[in-house]
Amino acid sequence: MKNLKYLVLGVLFGLILTKSEVISWWRIQEMFRFQSFHLYGIIGSAILVGMLSLQLIKRNHVKSLNGETITLADKKYNHGTWIGGIIFGLGWALTGACPGPLFAQLGSGVASAAVLILAALAGTWTYSALREKLPH
Amino acid sequence: MLDFLRQPWPWYVAGPLIGLTVPALLLIGNKALGISSSLRHVCAACVPAGIPFLTYNWRAELWNLFFVLGIAVGGFFGYQVLGHPDTIAISPETVRDLQAQMGLTDFTGLLPKELFALENLANWKGWVFLVLGGFLVGFGTRYAGGCTSGHAISGLSNLQWVSLVAVIGFFIGGLLMTWVFYPLLF
Repeated sequence: MKNLKYLVLGVLFGLILTKSEVISWWRIQEMFRFQSFHLYGIIGSAILVGMLSLQLIKRNHVKSLNGETITLADKKYNHGTWIGGIIFGLGWALTGACPGPLFAQLGSGVASAAVLILAALAGTWTYSALREKLPH
Repeated sequence: MLDFLRQPWPWYVAGPLIGLTVPALLLIGNKALGISSSLRHVCAACVPAGIPFLTYNWRAELWNLFFVLGIAVGGFFGYQVLGHPDTIAISPETVRDLQAQMGLTDFTGLLPKELFALENLANWKGWVFLVLGGFLVGFGTRYAGGCTSGHAISGLSNLQWVSLVAVIGFFIGGLLMTWVFYPLLF
C-alpha cells in the first residue's frame, strides 16, 4: 500500500497541529490581535526549518525514496493569488482554522468541523464552477 | 516522556517539526506539502459535474487524501487519547477583548461554543461562522492556489514570491475580519 506512508506522516502532522493548539479558534484570534507570539513562532520557525532543509536537498541533489530527483514546482502568480488570499484570510479569522486544522478538529471530535468542511467543499466547488468568469 | 507529550507543545517544538514535514514529504515520495488541494480532489471525485477544473485524474493525487485522513487521526490521538486542557491558556488580553467586544463567556474547549454550537445554525451566528466561514476558506484557498501549508510553509520555504503575496493576502483578510468586521457584527 504505497499511500500508507502518507497516512503515517499525516498522523504525525495532525498530532503536532493538535498538541500545539494551532487548531484552536482562540489561538488564531490571539494571533490576529497580536497578543501572543505562539503562532508567529510556530509559522516562523516552520518556514526557517523548511527553508534550510530545502537548501540542503537542492545543493546535495538528494533523491527521494523512489529514486526521483526531488523537484518543487514554482508557484505561478495570477490576480487570484491576492484576491483569493484575502478571501481565505476573512474565512480563516471567522472559522479560526485553515484546512489542515479543520481535519484535525474533526478527528478531535468537534462537531462544527464537519459543517465547516462541507462548507469549505462547497466553496471549492463554487470556485471551480465560476473559475472562468473570475479575474485571474 | 508521556507527561511531556500530554502538555501543550511550545512553539519551538511544534514549529520546527511542522517545517520538517516539507522535506519529509519530498523524501518519501517527491510530494509538495499542501492541504487545501484535498478539497479539490474530493470535489473532483464526488461532484465533478463536467467542470473542467474538476475533471482530472484525481486518483493520481490519492496520497493527499491519505495525508489528510492521517491529520484527522492525529487530531483524535492528540486530543482524545493524549488529553487536553479544559481551557486553552490564551493571553489574558485576548480573553478580556473577546469578553468585552464579542460578549463571549465560555472559554472552554478548542473554540467558542457560543459561536460554533450546531444549534447556532438556527440563527445568523451559525450561518456566518459555520457556513460562510467554511465557504470562504474553501473558495479563497483554491482561488489563491494554496493555504497556510501550501503557500505559507511550503511556498515560503521554497522562496516563492507568489506565496509571499498570498500570505500577505491571508493576513489582510484575517486582520480585516478581526478588526473591522467583528466590531460591526457584535
